[in-house]
Amino acid sequence: MGANDSGPIGQAVRRREDQRFLTGAGQYTNDVVMAREACAYFLRSPHAHARIRSIDSKDAKAAPGVVAIYTGEDLVGVNGLPCGWLITGTDGKPMNEPPHPVLAKGKVRHVGDPVVMIVAETLNQAKDAAELVVVDYEVLPSVVNVVDALKPGAPQLHDEAPGNRCYTWALGDQAAVDAAFAKAHHVAKVDIVNNRLVPNAIEPRAALASYSRADESYTLYVTSQNPHVERLLMTAFVLGLPETKVRVIAPDVGGGFGSKIYLYAEETAMMWASKHVNRPLRWVAERSESFISDAHGRDHVTHAEMAVDKDGKFLALRVTTTANVGAYLSTFASCIPTILYATLLAGQYATPAIHCEVTAVFTNTVPVDAYRGAGRPEATYVVERVANQVGVDLGIAQDEVRRRNFIRTFPYVTPVALTYDTGNYDATLDEAMRLADVAGFAVRKAEAAKRGKLRGLGYSSYIEACGLAPSNIAGALGARAGLYEAGQVRVNPTGGVTVFTGSHSHGQGHETTFAQVVAGRLGIDIASVEIVHGDTGRIPFGMGTYGSRSLAVGGTAIVKALDKIVAKGKKIAAHLLEAAEADIEFADGKFTVAGTDRSKAFGEVALAAYVPHNYPLDKLEPGLDETAFYDPTNFTYPAGTHICEVEIDPETGVTEVVAFAACDDFGNIINPMIVEGQVHGGLAQGIGQALLEQCVYDRSSGQLVSGSFMDYAMPRADDLPSFKVGTKVTPCTHNPLGAKGCGEAGAIGSPPALINAVLDALASVGVKDIQMPASPHRVWQAIQAAKAGTAAAA
Amino acid sequence: MYSFDIKKADSVAAAAALITQTGGRPLAGGQSLVAAMKLRLAQPGTLVDLAGIAELKGIRRDGNALVIGAMTRHAEVAASAEVRAAIPALAALAEGIGDRQVRNMGTLGGSLANNDPAACYPAGALGLGATIHTSQRTIAADDFFKGLYETALGDGELVTRVSFPIPAKAAYVKFVQPASRFALVGVFVAQTSGGVRVAVTGAGSSVFRAKAIEDALTKSFTAEAAKAVKMAASGLNSDLHGSAEYRAHLIPVLAARAVATIA
Repeated sequence: MGANDSGPIGQAVRRREDQRFLTGAGQYTNDVVMAREACAYFLRSPHAHARIRSIDSKDAKAAPGVVAIYTGEDLVGVNGLPCGWLITGTDGKPMNEPPHPVLAKGKVRHVGDPVVMIVAETLNQAKDAAELVVVDYEVLPSVVNVVDALKPGAPQLHDEAPGNRCYTWALGDQAAVDAAFAKAHHVAKVDIVNNRLVPNAIEPRAALASYSRADESYTLYVTSQNPHVERLLMTAFVLGLPETKVRVIAPDVGGGFGSKIYLYAEETAMMWASKHVNRPLRWVAERSESFISDAHGRDHVTHAEMAVDKDGKFLALRVTTTANVGAYLSTFASCIPTILYATLLAGQYATPAIHCEVTAVFTNTVPVDAYRGAGRPEATYVVERVANQVGVDLGIAQDEVRRRNFIRTFPYVTPVALTYDTGNYDATLDEAMRLADVAGFAVRKAEAAKRGKLRGLGYSSYIEACGLAPSNIAGALGARAGLYEAGQVRVNPTGGVTVFTGSHSHGQGHETTFAQVVAGRLGIDIASVEIVHGDTGRIPFGMGTYGSRSLAVGGTAIVKALDKIVAKGKKIAAHLLEAAEADIEFADGKFTVAGTDRSKAFGEVALAAYVPHNYPLDKLEPGLDETAFYDPTNFTYPAGTHICEVEIDPETGVTEVVAFAACDDFGNIINPMIVEGQVHGGLAQGIGQALLEQCVYDRSSGQLVSGSFMDYAMPRADDLPSFKVGTKVTPCTHNPLGAKGCGEAGAIGSPPALINAVLDALASVGVKDIQMPASPHRVWQAIQAAKAGTAAAA
Repeated sequence: MYSFDIKKADSVAAAAALITQTGGRPLAGGQSLVAAMKLRLAQPGTLVDLAGIAELKGIRRDGNALVIGAMTRHAEVAASAEVRAAIPALAALAEGIGDRQVRNMGTLGGSLANNDPAACYPAGALGLGATIHTSQRTIAADDFFKGLYETALGDGELVTRVSFPIPAKAAYVKFVQPASRFALVGVFVAQTSGGVRVAVTGAGSSVFRAKAIEDALTKSFTAEAAKAVKMAASGLNSDLHGSAEYRAHLIPVLAARAVATIA
């Protein structure tokens, strides 16, 4: 970055936002208070699948404090919630896209489906009234898993989706794959379930919707990762309002992990109702409500086969996946198990031919959408579990089987539609092995064996595609929106800089990282930089934060705006210094005439722009305020190797993660402390998925059995080891920051590392397969089954 | 939460009278009851708060027993030098209940009266052969725990204190359910003046004594003896965290581990 490579960029600057978060001064949706508020409460379906015969809310309407009660039939002029990505099936037809009513109409399709909205003076009054609403349900048979849903005679959710199919879609060259399998030395096979996850951000979803009769405008405070997208979808697709009359503010948000990307029913119904009752409406999800109304993650059933030659060289990969999309298509549900999944199946490997077929299925469960990693953890799990199986089957060491297949020439065009710009997979594998002390593993395993414990080591060499995305490519693949980002840099007269970004921070530390970029590039004090995000009323536009895109795309938009600031500053400085514009250089916060000591500080130029007494007014507008939209030319490709070491107690089935090493390549790093924090959080979530998190629906009743923290195990600090993390850098080649993104890598890379480690540990007792989460009960059962199998064989 | 009245009592007699008058429920630490009320699963019209009753508090040594007041918080038991010296297993048990917040509010009497099938204290009381003193009588632990959330307590009868005979040796091993961290199975083993007692929580509808393991340990107080016992799975709990067979397997394993720490 030459002259700009200075100041705070690359430094572990402490997170500026933490002062308010840690002292209780954060301003979350539920901290915003308005006059004349009323409470909204949603009466939800207690059934997985039922026809609504009638709804009688006469007594409820008369209950104390009740302001209004609305059912799906009352929401006249309100369209259903849209899906933002059209997938075209292998049959050439668009996906089946059944209506997704804001409040249920005619039928309910999952436990938690919102049926009635009660507006009352207090929450308790709304809940009391809800108990007086009589919904006459005709309970229907339900289906919760994809295997059951595809069976002939399975309960049907939607008339518009025969056989419960949303689509069958494929990617890759099937003929080439078939040909490679025909001449394969060996085929490694895995059958895997990628377990459904419940997101559980620390701040539950919340909304405060209000309407102003003064200018007929709406304001929505909402826990969103992308307020402009929320506004766009809500106005253009559902409520038919002009965007000019709707302001969406996502203030401090306590975590999202994907679950707060989407346009949800609750805030949509509340916006509509806020005008009808002419009062601000507040709703905050209770935790048990979040379990049955926040979009879930993952939920794939997959069969994968890798054809290899005698040396373990990958010849072709064949993958068949059935993905559960839940009862309705959530905002990005359709692209997660396709565009963000199958495209990643090359992993870090030069597999010449890949084919993947995905069938998406409706079930009587909460809708499934992006959750930290979104398709890429599922792909990585497939690739790294089958790569592990190749090593096991052929007796090749796990690092060696990976090395024999690594891509080493860039750019590399994969057989699944992506072009990797850069990477060095040997470097991250080597460093991860050093961090994991692989050399000492045999000694540790022997020591554990003396204590009756089983040790195992598992590898995962993952890749992900971040920095979503070139809009034209996304559009060709079915996206119904662009995927650029906007940034505005406003230099104030006294030199302070306000940055308006379309990215949204809900824990990621943008206020620090982005300020470092701006301060570093302008050569000014970081304290004079303010980052503003999360408000459609203040920010030009934005596509928001997901897919580890904020720095690579949002940060680049800011850099592009900064470039415009510097370009204009040079013009002003040239005038002030009576020099040619071409002779002005900008570095370290100063505009200098090249080869001289004559310069103007950034602040002097800013002042001149706003007090243009000595200014080229005939050629240049006053002011110093620039906006840029940046649309990336490619995805970015963070990659790395994670190595997990587990110790299993065969007597109880308890798996302890005794060590975890991760070496990642995120490209250039702005703030290593924040990056490390992102990796730690991601690893916790990935280990949570692989070891603890078990979302269980009852197969006959369709009830969510793991509906609270009493049964759904989130990872806690004492479930995790002290992580050993490191980085290697190959800068991204197509954005000026050289940044790739780091938000999801931990959650993507870690689950197969852990499961591969569990299988390595259990190999000596004959266990060949296990599904996530590797709970004590499941591990114990696997050991018992292996023992019984051995006994039966003997 | 439904609206309710709350009344503060300053003596056991006053509390019992208030409960009888109002048909209300006693409020001890509230760590189960208040959570249920917040979910609208419990709807008491009146709560009678026991927190201000001095006679329900305190830990004292009484001959060969520890006497602990019903309103003593888990954190107090865990930190008590008296308990740690006399029955370290009981202090450790209390220290392992819930989280810091729960331990600072939850009480011994509340836990026993609630008799959650996965709670720890019932295993301690039954394993040590405690005597439960109530506002009306004394009840041996063997007669106190009747079934799922069911005890020998009558309407309006309050636990006032619990007398724990000091054992020669005791240990509690809890195998946590991964989500709730209640006991998936918890086993309390004690060598008492009345013989070896083994109490099991988490595995059945209520805490129970594992007689087969007691017999085995009476013959030989060794981990091997405990582990050699085969427990039947029938009648044990089965849920998404563990089948009845798994729980049956864990009981002797955990009993053996408890013995290993003290044998």
